Amino acid sequence: MSLLEVNNLSIRYADSAKPVVQNLSFAIEAGQSLGMVGESGAGKTQTAMAVMGLLPANANTSGSIRFDGQEFLGAAPDVLNRYRACRIAMVFQDPTTALNPYVRIGDQLRRILLEHKICKPPEARERTLAMLQRVGLPDAERQYRVFPHELSGGMRQRAMIGAALLGEPDLLVADEPTTALDVTVQAQILSLLRELRSQSNSALLLITHDLGVVAGNCDRILMMDNGRLLEEGTTKEIFAAPSNERTAKLIAAARRIDMPSRTSPLPGGVAPIMEIDNVSVSFRERRVSGKRQLHAVRRLSFKVAPRETIAIVGESGSGKTSLARAILGLIPMRSGTVSFAGKKLPGPVRSRSNKIRRQLQMVFQDPVASLNPAMRVADIVAEPINIHEPKKKKAEREQDVKKILQHVGLGTELRERFPHELSGGQAQRVAIARALVIRPKVLICDEAVAALDGTIQSDILHLLQAEQADSGLSLIFITHDLSVVRQISHRVLVLYMGRVCEIATNEQLFKRPLHPYTKALIQSVPVPDPNAKPDDMPLAGEVSSILNPPAGCPFHPRCEHAVARCSEQVPVLESVAGGSVACFRASELDLSY
Amino acid sequence: MSYLAAIRPLIRKSRDNKTIVVCSSVLLLIAAVALIGPLLSPHHYANTDFENRFMVPSASGWHLFGTDDLGRDLFVRTLLGVKITLFIAIIASCVSLGIGVAYGAIAGYVGGKVDAIMMRAVDALYAMPFIFFVILLMVVFERNFLLIFVAIGAINWLDMARIVRGQTLSLKQREFVDAARLIGVSTPGIILRHITPNLLGVVVVYMTLTIPQAILVESFLSFLGLGVQEPQTSLGALVNGGVSNMEGAPWLLLIPAIVLALILLCFNFLGDGLRDVADPKKKT
Amino acid sequence: MLRYALLRIFGAIPTLLLVIALAFLMVHAAPGGPFDAERVLPPEIEANIARAYNLDESLPQQFIRYLGGLVRGDLGPSYRYRDYSVSELIGNALPVSMQLGALAMLLAIVAGITAGLIAALSKNSYIDRLVTGIAMTGISVPVFVVAPVMVLVFAVYLHWLPASWTGGTSISRLILPVVALALPQIAYIARLTRASMIDVLSSDYVRTARAQGLKTFSIIRYHALKPAMLPLLSYMGPAIAGVLTGSVVVEQIFGIPGVGQFFIRGALNRDYTLVLGIVIFYATLLILLNLVVDLLYGILDPRIRNR
Repeated sequence: MSLLEVNNLSIRYADSAKPVVQNLSFAIEAGQSLGMVGESGAGKTQTAMAVMGLLPANANTSGSIRFDGQEFLGAAPDVLNRYRACRIAMVFQDPTTALNPYVRIGDQLRRILLEHKICKPPEARERTLAMLQRVGLPDAERQYRVFPHELSGGMRQRAMIGAALLGEPDLLVADEPTTALDVTVQAQILSLLRELRSQSNSALLLITHDLGVVAGNCDRILMMDNGRLLEEGTTKEIFAAPSNERTAKLIAAARRIDMPSRTSPLPGGVAPIMEIDNVSVSFRERRVSGKRQLHAVRRLSFKVAPRETIAIVGESGSGKTSLARAILGLIPMRSGTVSFAGKKLPGPVRSRSNKIRRQLQMVFQDPVASLNPAMRVADIVAEPINIHEPKKKKAEREQDVKKILQHVGLGTELRERFPHELSGGQAQRVAIARALVIRPKVLICDEAVAALDGTIQSDILHLLQAEQADSGLSLIFITHDLSVVRQISHRVLVLYMGRVCEIATNEQLFKRPLHPYTKALIQSVPVPDPNAKPDDMPLAGEVSSILNPPAGCPFHPRCEHAVARCSEQVPVLESVAGGSVACFRASELDLSY
Repeated sequence: MSYLAAIRPLIRKSRDNKTIVVCSSVLLLIAAVALIGPLLSPHHYANTDFENRFMVPSASGWHLFGTDDLGRDLFVRTLLGVKITLFIAIIASCVSLGIGVAYGAIAGYVGGKVDAIMMRAVDALYAMPFIFFVILLMVVFERNFLLIFVAIGAINWLDMARIVRGQTLSLKQREFVDAARLIGVSTPGIILRHITPNLLGVVVVYMTLTIPQAILVESFLSFLGLGVQEPQTSLGALVNGGVSNMEGAPWLLLIPAIVLALILLCFNFLGDGLRDVADPKKKT
Repeated sequence: MLRYALLRIFGAIPTLLLVIALAFLMVHAAPGGPFDAERVLPPEIEANIARAYNLDESLPQQFIRYLGGLVRGDLGPSYRYRDYSVSELIGNALPVSMQLGALAMLLAIVAGITAGLIAALSKNSYIDRLVTGIAMTGISVPVFVVAPVMVLVFAVYLHWLPASWTGGTSISRLILPVVALALPQIAYIARLTRASMIDVLSSDYVRTARAQGLKTFSIIRYHALKPAMLPLLSYMGPAIAGVLTGSVVVEQIFGIPGVGQFFIRGALNRDYTLVLGIVIFYATLLILLNLVVDLLYGILDPRIRNR
């Protein structure tokens, strides 16, 4: 008998005709790990909730979910409570909302022990402290007493995992446990999970949309699409020979980081279209201790050529979004200049002329939020035309709108829709149409595909590349996702805590990174290849607080190659063979694969 | 252009919501009766008739609600009370709406120090026992009809200002406003085309809650004898009259009381229903 | 936390000053003096009276004088009740009003929270609908309607309770006024508690607690109660203001010799110092209580406390 047996599970909600999960059957044996993969809306979280008995009251279920022989579907709450925490436990996606902000971490964990009478109250505190240490929280005594908002995202997730493992469950259900985290922190958490599982031999149901995560952490895979089972098998089998076209597409989309770059080569010797020179951005933070300067971006310089795609890569705290907004004039720059076609631009966006403004446009991360909910698609796309070409006749304007919508791959019947009636991919296309309709020379994309599913990401990126080939558009692509970088960039800027670590070409960056952070970043990305060994020595520590940056090189506390000099002086960006790097030891280190 | 468009999905969803339909129908019915009723009845609201004082409600003689201590027909007076109460409440609410929305939108959009100062002022005003000031005002300045509007408006705009400011702040940070700035939309353009249409939902919902508040304040003032003056009357004044004659002629108290309660109940339910429709994710 | 507390305390002072100034201005902007209602007096006697009451000084001077008196706790003499100072009058009427108000608040909190919790925990059941319906009625029917109707039913028709302050025992005469005063607040508090508890119970962190196998009682006790009660604490300020306002009506209807009664009488008699004094007294009380509520909130919400 399997540990978990799901048979013909169907979940349907009263107010919609279509079931969210249909006839799903699978099993997990003791000690085994199953990865549940699919894009958003596939029904993965719903299945997990059903297994834990946490579906809302208005969900209609049919089929069977058996855990160690006990039927969970329709079971009374006190029956389920006997199994929860002690035999089956769950780790949720967003540790910010999943932990109670009003209760101390230690108390939240301790409550589990006391509720299930696992041990007596005096012992409960000791056990909790031990678990906090085991999940890698530094200074467990202190973490016991803090509230969740005082911890970083990574630490919160460690606390969540600790809570889940307190009862020593046989099955751990993890719903996108690392999706909300930086990629280097993700590597840490996944490594922690592997280590803890090997010690306790508990089974794992890992839900994710990331095939790389699955490849390194799961014995078997279950592919889901639209509530149905697509295919199931061992990880190696599925990766090697997917029997389903959809699966093949998903794997292909995941493999981008290994693929050769799809960028067309650039003509040399062309004058740059944009120059960013020594730009610094800082914010004033008011704390009890007085006013402090938060340096988001420090003295950044780079050039952009026509038809070029520059990727700016960084994790949280790198300053990449602040940089984008400063370049566009949405927030003030503390120092430095931005030049366009040789001319210096005035700082704030409202001081810039219309002629300049139409050359520089932006596509934002959240497609639906970047569109005015009260305006129809046609109006949204027409607005730039109305401002920059007011003399155009109405008929001409409507033609322009239709043409650009078709150009970005949208049917013209979407003209009358409102943003909330569009899917994520459609909304992003509308945003791109709005940006491109006035034919800018430079387009800044701030995590423009991060909120989209893998296959749609590929499509949008292709669209942008096609536009680039067509009209000579330059792209500044801000992202944390290295597979996106690989697919579309010519050159890459790596940022850490507001400073540039490295500037390199696409080829060079992935073959021989020059900066230790770049190497760690690339290594943290989970490889969608089951034969590759997962990273068991992930980059340690977390990004330091921006209010209290370390002296010297901001990366040195986490760097395995750091020497004394690194904590005293800040390295300056220097040109070396293959690019530029800001590291004292760049010439001595060989970080290639 | 975008204003109507913004409201249309709201209207569609409202039609499906039973509470909204029932409450608005009842309110419209009451308003209709208040307007048409007096035309049907032979009595005038100011006609005293000392022969027929304290008549119990009956169908004969068209005294459907009976008569009061001066022999005046209660039915017609109640309808007048409804008219005046609603009139004052709606106009006063519009006043506080105008002030509140303008204040809140400016504070929210300009932000920074201006916002901080403006909101501190609102906080300060919130802490004041307004009712007492209003009563003071009414007593000191001798029961001016116009003053009633000012007084009620002065109390109610605070809530609206806070809500509008909050909504404006959250809208300002939304990316579509940044996108509009990047395209080159002027500041007035942003306020008109991008911010205001998205404020309408919130404003409509809170209007349905401001109106009952205004009714309560006006009724309270009338009850104390500080509001509408004879021979005109409002529901609050009618209740006041009813209280003094409570033991002998309970209908003088109960009928206006029930009508008042019904109107307030409908508005409150309507407001709740609209809040559900406007943002089903947000719980009341 | 310290910064939060200091900000709040220092913020309260200008508010108080503003209230005092506003009230003072309004009173002195009134057309006609306090003694106009009485017989017309010969000019010399009028001048003497004006001098005795300092009415011949300029407005700013009178204000400063008034402020000085305030600091000493002297609210000036009553224009009407010549033998008493305003402070004395308030002092005499205060115990009754305090008793009424405090009992009403207590009843409102206990009944409101209980009703709200019951409704939240049995969401959408008949009990819930009943409680919600009654609560809706409670906030829709104003105090000055409820009070007389209650008197009609319980005193006039059923003869269970006395109709006014002068009848019945010291306990039985309290029941109707306290209940009438508390009713709208019970309704508001019940609705707020219900909404807040439902909100908390559907939050992600309560879902986590369920996933951890905690039974409902434990979830409420260790995870849900505190976050659910916080919005209620914020409401306490407006609640107290509501009770103060309502007390004016209730005292009027039941003939209770409290501060509210004096306020109405003072307003109708143009006894401006009395009215001014009461407004300032109530305002100070409100501002102080709001301050206490704010500070308590800062202590209880960990996100503010530990900043």
